[in-house]
Amino acid sequence: MTERMTGAQALVRALEHVGVDTVFGIPGGAILPAYDPLYDSTKVRHVLVRHEQGAGHAAEGYAQATGKVGVCMATSGPGATNLVTPIADAYMDSVPIVAITGQVASGAIGTDAFQEADISGITMPITKHNFLITNADDIPRTIAEAFHIASTGRPGPVLVDISKDALQADTTFSWPPVMQLPGYRPVTRPHSKQIREAAKLIAEARRPVLYVGGGVHKSGASPELLRLAELTNIPVITTLMARGTFPDSHPQHMGMPGMHGSVTAVGALQKSDLIIGLGVRFDDRVTGQLSSFAPYAKVVHADIDPAEISKNRHADVPIVGDCKEVIADLIGAVEATGRQGDYADWWKLLNGMKETYPLGYEEFEDGSLAPQYVMERLSAIAGPDAYYVAGVGQHQMWASQFIGYENPGTFINSGGLGTMGFAVPAAMGAKMGRPDSTVWAIDGDGCFQMTNQELATCALEGVPIKVAVINNGNLGMVRQWQTLFYDQRYSNTDLQTTRRIPDFVKLADAYGCVGLRCERPEDVDATIKKAMEITDVPVVVDFVVHQDAMVWPMVAAGTSNDNIKIARDMAPNWESEDE
Amino acid sequence: MSRHTLSVLVENKPGVLARVSALFSRRGFNIDSLAVGQTEHDDISRMTIVVSVEELPLEQVTKQLNKLVNVLKIVELDTSQSVQRELMLIKVKADSDSRSHVLELVQLFRARCVDVASDAVTIEVTGTPDKLEAFVKVLEPFGIKELVQSGMVAIGRGARSITDRSLRALDRTA
Repeated sequence: MTERMTGAQALVRALEHVGVDTVFGIPGGAILPAYDPLYDSTKVRHVLVRHEQGAGHAAEGYAQATGKVGVCMATSGPGATNLVTPIADAYMDSVPIVAITGQVASGAIGTDAFQEADISGITMPITKHNFLITNADDIPRTIAEAFHIASTGRPGPVLVDISKDALQADTTFSWPPVMQLPGYRPVTRPHSKQIREAAKLIAEARRPVLYVGGGVHKSGASPELLRLAELTNIPVITTLMARGTFPDSHPQHMGMPGMHGSVTAVGALQKSDLIIGLGVRFDDRVTGQLSSFAPYAKVVHADIDPAEISKNRHADVPIVGDCKEVIADLIGAVEATGRQGDYADWWKLLNGMKETYPLGYEEFEDGSLAPQYVMERLSAIAGPDAYYVAGVGQHQMWASQFIGYENPGTFINSGGLGTMGFAVPAAMGAKMGRPDSTVWAIDGDGCFQMTNQELATCALEGVPIKVAVINNGNLGMVRQWQTLFYDQRYSNTDLQTTRRIPDFVKLADAYGCVGLRCERPEDVDATIKKAMEITDVPVVVDFVVHQDAMVWPMVAAGTSNDNIKIARDMAPNWESEDE
Repeated sequence: MSRHTLSVLVENKPGVLARVSALFSRRGFNIDSLAVGQTEHDDISRMTIVVSVEELPLEQVTKQLNKLVNVLKIVELDTSQSVQRELMLIKVKADSDSRSHVLELVQLFRARCVDVASDAVTIEVTGTPDKLEAFVKVLEPFGIKELVQSGMVAIGRGARSITDRSLRALDRTA
């Protein structure tokens, strides 16, 4: 079936065919032709955001909450460059999004035309792939290819830049198009020899640990992971990108590894003799100083991206494949060996650590609010079925540490790029993808001021997210580093938001949201409950917390995981427990 | 550090050279030499890239290259198992006194004289980087006015072709 139509109509039709139901974007000159047929589409809902960065993060939030490809749209030049941050963010965290941008007419490309920017050139290093279309005939095929690339293999962002004349030109539309991607062949089936080798190491190990990353949830392998963990009785640690992939409440869960990981999780890596890395990339925030990372461990590393394997840490058993298939095969191979590893001493050591060094925090004597307490209460009241979407900084770490995650994908945050301002628009996207779930954005006062304009979008489009602003009046994480490493010289980290500039309650009100404030521990429960009761409009809660609260434990940047501190100048005593 | 020669088969599309070369620079690798041109198949271009790099980072850059959607295949060519050539054009001072000396060297190196002026000759020479280096050295005393050289191109010895299978992949999608 072929039909005559314009390139713009073909674009919208192609988006409908690949199953897009939501597009976040802002129109402008070059993309304008696409917005005309979009106006008529009954299948694609366009959400008019207030800043293109918001469109990008919303697409990411939508993608992470649903597992589908998130879509954002912008015009040429500044519209496109405003998408650069979310695209880079999606690249670092392997989030499947497709960004569609208008480009100046093909004849004007390269002439420094009005609102011209070489966005395919700009995004080359931060996209999985990108396209520049100047011929309307290429639109349907390219859209099909873009969605295929974004969602298969290691997911990631794909940008499709379309010149204005290609959108306006006449073309014929037929579906499905034949994709032309001879160089794109992701490997998903793991090699059986490698799987057997891994199973052998598992049986022989005395101190193994399952180091679980974002790839496990992305491949939908949480059920398999639970089976593998219970079958082998190996302790599990979940990275920032994998919180919820394995239930926090499970006795085999040891917490999050890394710079602000639990003593047990960090200790488990450092003391282990076998790391089974699943969908992880041995990021520097996890390994600390690489040369002293897990010095006794052999490494089994499974990832769908061959380039991640042995990139940072040599893998003794490399496994290229989709985590779901890898773990399923591992289960079979472990069962086939018929051997159960002897981990009794290992569990004794880890359980001792877990008991001695639980996550904790200090309450303040002046009766002011501890941010960690807010997280604990949010977790208790909103529960594990809610989605939690964090920005970047102290509040993000507390949200990871003090909220109990039981379900995969329920913690959404900016991990690799560390993008302040991620939370509000990403929460909006998540809520649109999961309209029946409660979505809490957990934001800092610094982050919140970067992207809170999307509250207007939420209010007008009927997206009742809840925002917990953890307001310590400072760029808290930077301030923490200044406290620890810069002699308490607080250069440019004081935002003075506790002086109510801006007043977040009034701001919420101005945006058509409900604004609440909470300053004392005894009011926390009532405030959260009140926010939970409001389900028709967005709610912003200004939690005014103590500025001196710090994130512990901490492995200082560039130092060894062995130098983890549980509080300032306080190190856990590992060695005495280690016979 | 050791020198490695990579033959990279890519789709013959705009922007692919930029994708490949930018990947090297952003991952912190210097390209010693790069040559690119069409192959026996119109849809495939072949890049010959020479990099000085240790084994481990080479593996990383090869894997990263493989992730580029337009890259079809990467083969590392062993120096002893392949023929490697560069082309150089050299403009050397040569007047009636020195011209015969220069032409003698041209003959010795199996080079060719491609242009003659009253006080200079232009020489074309192909060979391995070592040979070209040696040639430049013997010409230096005469005075080199201008020199230009191509990137290295290389092809494996024997009957096997590295393009066969990639062509089949292309045919499947066509």
